[in-house]
Amino acid sequence: MAIIQSAVDEFEPHPDVALIEKVRGGDISAYDVLVRKYERQIFRIALHITQNREDAEDVAQDAFLKAYQKLEQFQGNSKFYTWLVRIAVNESLMRLRKRRTGKMVSIDEDVATEEGSVPRDLADWAPNPEQNYNQAELADILRKTIQGLPEGFRIVFVLRDVEGLSTEETAETLGLSIPAVKSRLLRARLQLRERLSRYFHRTRGIEK
Amino acid sequence: MTCKEFLALLDDIIDGSVSPETRAELHTHLDHCSHCKVTLDTTLKTIEIYRSHEIYDLPDNLREQLHSAIMTRCKKGC
Repeated sequence: MAIIQSAVDEFEPHPDVALIEKVRGGDISAYDVLVRKYERQIFRIALHITQNREDAEDVAQDAFLKAYQKLEQFQGNSKFYTWLVRIAVNESLMRLRKRRTGKMVSIDEDVATEEGSVPRDLADWAPNPEQNYNQAELADILRKTIQGLPEGFRIVFVLRDVEGLSTEETAETLGLSIPAVKSRLLRARLQLRERLSRYFHRTRGIEK
Repeated sequence: MTCKEFLALLDDIIDGSVSPETRAELHTHLDHCSHCKVTLDTTLKTIEIYRSHEIYDLPDNLREQLHSAIMTRCKKGC
């Protein structure tokens, strides 16, 4: 299936390419289609990074405006969505820096954890553990859990596992090496798993 | 295969990018190690839960506001 899909990708241009050509030709309604297509994801990514709804709205606006203004510079050798995500991530990090004046925000910083250590928490989870909670409770648990991750891990997990960027695209977007993305992703996945265990343990967690 | 070696391959296993030979070794290890089996299953579940639940949803009315704000600014930026 993946082989068939990659063959299709090779010969058929991404549907965004035609829309971008129209925008370059002055058709702003084509940009409207692109904004509709990606505004949710861009807002979500911005909110994951900034943790602030107002900032996330501003970031989404700025990112789409910047992409529009720089559309001539878009080479087409990466996907429009990946290019847009890169702009949104940079805008989000800039906003964080503004909020935390004097405190640098960098996803390049390595966060000291026990790399490669075997997880200690052996607790298995209940089958379909999310069903023990209603939607609001579950969303709250998932938010709290991911917010507790170090920034550099959180952003990599969101781009790679939630928004579905490839390892290469994530590395390019964040200006990190591929091994750095892989290392952060592994630690993010394991830390989230361990933190969720307290809620999804076979006998429903007491630390709810 | 040790648990540490298994863990080093965890991301490749999740992403389905291990060779058939390594996959056979992994299965042998998992058959005898409940620790790694739990680690793999619950990590996969972690990813699936985050992927299938939008924890930061944008309600339709706010989405419309955001959309029109973006388009207004883009039109001014022409």
